[in-house]
Amino acid sequence: MEGRQGVRQGGVGLIRVTTPRLAAAPLTSGQRWRRRGSKAAPYSFIAPFFVLFAAFGLFPLIYTGYVSLHRVRLQNPDAMSWVGFDNYTTLLQDEFFWNSLKNTFTIGVISTVPQLCLALGLAHILNYKLRGRTFFRVAMLMPYATSVAAATLVFAGLFGRDYGMLNWFLGLFGVDPIDWFNEKWPSQIAISSIVTWRWTGYNALIYLAAMQAIPHDRYESAMLDGANRWHQFRHVTLPGLRPTIIFTIIVSTIGALQIFGEPLLLQGGTTGMNGGASRQYQTTGLYMYQSGWQYFSLGKAAAIAWLLFLLILIVIGINAVIARYRMKSAAAASSSAKETR
Amino acid sequence: MPTPHPRRRAIAALCATLLAGSLLAACGSDDDKTDSTANGGAGDSNGQITLSVGLFGSFGFEEAGLYAAYEQAHPNIKIRQNSVQKEEVYWPALQTRLGGGGDLDDIQGIEVGRIVDVATNQSDKWLDLNQFGAQTQTGDYLPWKTKAATTKDGKVVGMGTDVGPMAICYRTDLFQQAGLPTDRAELAKRWSTWDGYLEVGRQFAANAPKGSAFMDSVTGMYNAMIGQQPTSYYDAGGKLIYDTNPSVKNAFDTASRAAQDKLSAKLVQFQTDWDQAFAKGGFATISCPSWMIGYIKEKSGDGMGGKWDVAQAPGATGNWGGAYLAIPKGAKHAKEAYDLLQWLTAPEQQKTLFEKRGSFPSRTSAISQVSGTTDPYFNNAPIGQIFGQAAQAMPVQTLGVRDGDIKVSIQNALNSVEAQGVKPDDAWKDAKASVKAALG
Repeated sequence: MEGRQGVRQGGVGLIRVTTPRLAAAPLTSGQRWRRRGSKAAPYSFIAPFFVLFAAFGLFPLIYTGYVSLHRVRLQNPDAMSWVGFDNYTTLLQDEFFWNSLKNTFTIGVISTVPQLCLALGLAHILNYKLRGRTFFRVAMLMPYATSVAAATLVFAGLFGRDYGMLNWFLGLFGVDPIDWFNEKWPSQIAISSIVTWRWTGYNALIYLAAMQAIPHDRYESAMLDGANRWHQFRHVTLPGLRPTIIFTIIVSTIGALQIFGEPLLLQGGTTGMNGGASRQYQTTGLYMYQSGWQYFSLGKAAAIAWLLFLLILIVIGINAVIARYRMKSAAAASSSAKETR
Repeated sequence: MPTPHPRRRAIAALCATLLAGSLLAACGSDDDKTDSTANGGAGDSNGQITLSVGLFGSFGFEEAGLYAAYEQAHPNIKIRQNSVQKEEVYWPALQTRLGGGGDLDDIQGIEVGRIVDVATNQSDKWLDLNQFGAQTQTGDYLPWKTKAATTKDGKVVGMGTDVGPMAICYRTDLFQQAGLPTDRAELAKRWSTWDGYLEVGRQFAANAPKGSAFMDSVTGMYNAMIGQQPTSYYDAGGKLIYDTNPSVKNAFDTASRAAQDKLSAKLVQFQTDWDQAFAKGGFATISCPSWMIGYIKEKSGDGMGGKWDVAQAPGATGNWGGAYLAIPKGAKHAKEAYDLLQWLTAPEQQKTLFEKRGSFPSRTSAISQVSGTTDPYFNNAPIGQIFGQAAQAMPVQTLGVRDGDIKVSIQNALNSVEAQGVKPDDAWKDAKASVKAALG
């Protein structure tokens, strides 16, 4: 996004330079060519993204839709037989599909909510003048730079029932070993903790950047009005962050709906593909993977992919409506507040 | 922002376009790269050929020194092995390559649970090994081994490596601590049936050393029981019968009973916790196909040498696992690949693999050669004799197209009984629903 903005600025600057020369004399052919070239420049800058998107985003998306209307096995992907919307109707009656949606929802909630709250708190703390602030900021981003697989394998070791460090630690306080893989809520919490660990720092940095854009005089006037730190956070920082918070909520929601690597690798193997022995943490992304890569039903997997895509669109839509409604009511509240003042 | 010179800007635009172009080119050039290594492999001036072997798990060819021996005998051949640890990762990846036709190895391993699917639905993607003269070899194999890899019209799509005759591997030190006999003949007598095995388990559990369960997982026991049945998931006509076959339900129920009696360490096989439990003494017995011998040594470590022993399994037979080697269409050096494949599966090499790794021969002439083998790691147990007898008594098994998926669904259900306390009846229902989703 930033890259594209940069290009647009460059384009504006270009026209400003050439305009005086245009007025002075009719164009030579070289100048005309150069002018056409310079008009094309912004497009050529953004072209790589759109070309790559068309090849690796749009085409697969549409082709997946096409596949989802067929019965296709991974062993013979060329032998497709048309089944219309059968894959979709079967899925809507499939208990495992609904189970996976429920798990996606619960894992999504217990990973996104704490993650964003923690990120907000961390960003607030890092916004103060701290010793070694840069170190903390970089350190926070480290989990984000770790691969899902590596992080999950390490966490899986920590969460091990018999020989895991976490249960050993809890045992020091007399807590009985918890089966972090086989029990429903512990396993979902284990997965959420990996997600939270990886993404909190990333969101904190986004919040931090937005916080630094809030004008300092607002804080000063709040202080003059006698607001303490908590009041400042609630009444100056949070309203100033609202668009950023909405952005992170949308991005995290999309991410949560796609959670896949962590549950696949927590136990690994065929149990991992199943989302636990009784699918207690099988997310929709994981069920899609199992359908395609363990059961080899590419048509069904494609149908799950499309349902997931539609679900994401719906959730984003709901998000946007709520955000707009809240913005409006907030604007109305502030204008009415001004009137009464 | 300083405004750059127009010409410089035009150059920048050009660069961006070139960059975009080269990015795309880079994406497209994967194929070229494969081709060029293929040509490199096809032979430089002195006729060097690189054969690639794609495997999963541990076949043990490299560890047993077979590649090195073959390269020494054939100076123009270099062997490169691509091994993926997990079969459930290896196989789908291979399927995509078979579909796309790219980057296949000259020799590919196939697990026994997949072989009927290959012979039934995919024989057009693999070479008929009879065209290289495999028919001179197949008569030497255990009959069911070759039959499973033979198509209806008589093509042979794979040659057998090992089979998995069953025994029980147990820890003598833990048995001793629990006050049980440690002699393998005595134990074999006590657990001549699966009920006897569970009875010994209950005796063990009554005096078990802390942190040790009787068996690793009831899924191992289930697989051992299934491996003793001539028919399990499909009948001879290829019809799905797993949910009406009494021997499947019996194995499921017996394993569930073991779970409910808390005789297992509630581990999932081939997972990290399971691996660790070998070294930490998390369980005292394990259903032991011969290939498990190598696995136990590797995971238990040198310190456990002499503490393990092997006794005849309940029922004294059974088969679990085993594999094939095959040549995909699109292999770059099919002829040379077959020569290597045939050498790797020849009786001499099968003997070596059993002695060094515990993979039991699938060829009758090799089976007769290994009957005297003993293993010091397993307290000098006569593993050649124990596994040999189990192999001789092996039923001719009817394998089915989706055996692997059905097995996994039932294993997950059994894991839910032992580790999550799911009621066996509910777990059986779950298993059936999973099979339906898998085969649907």
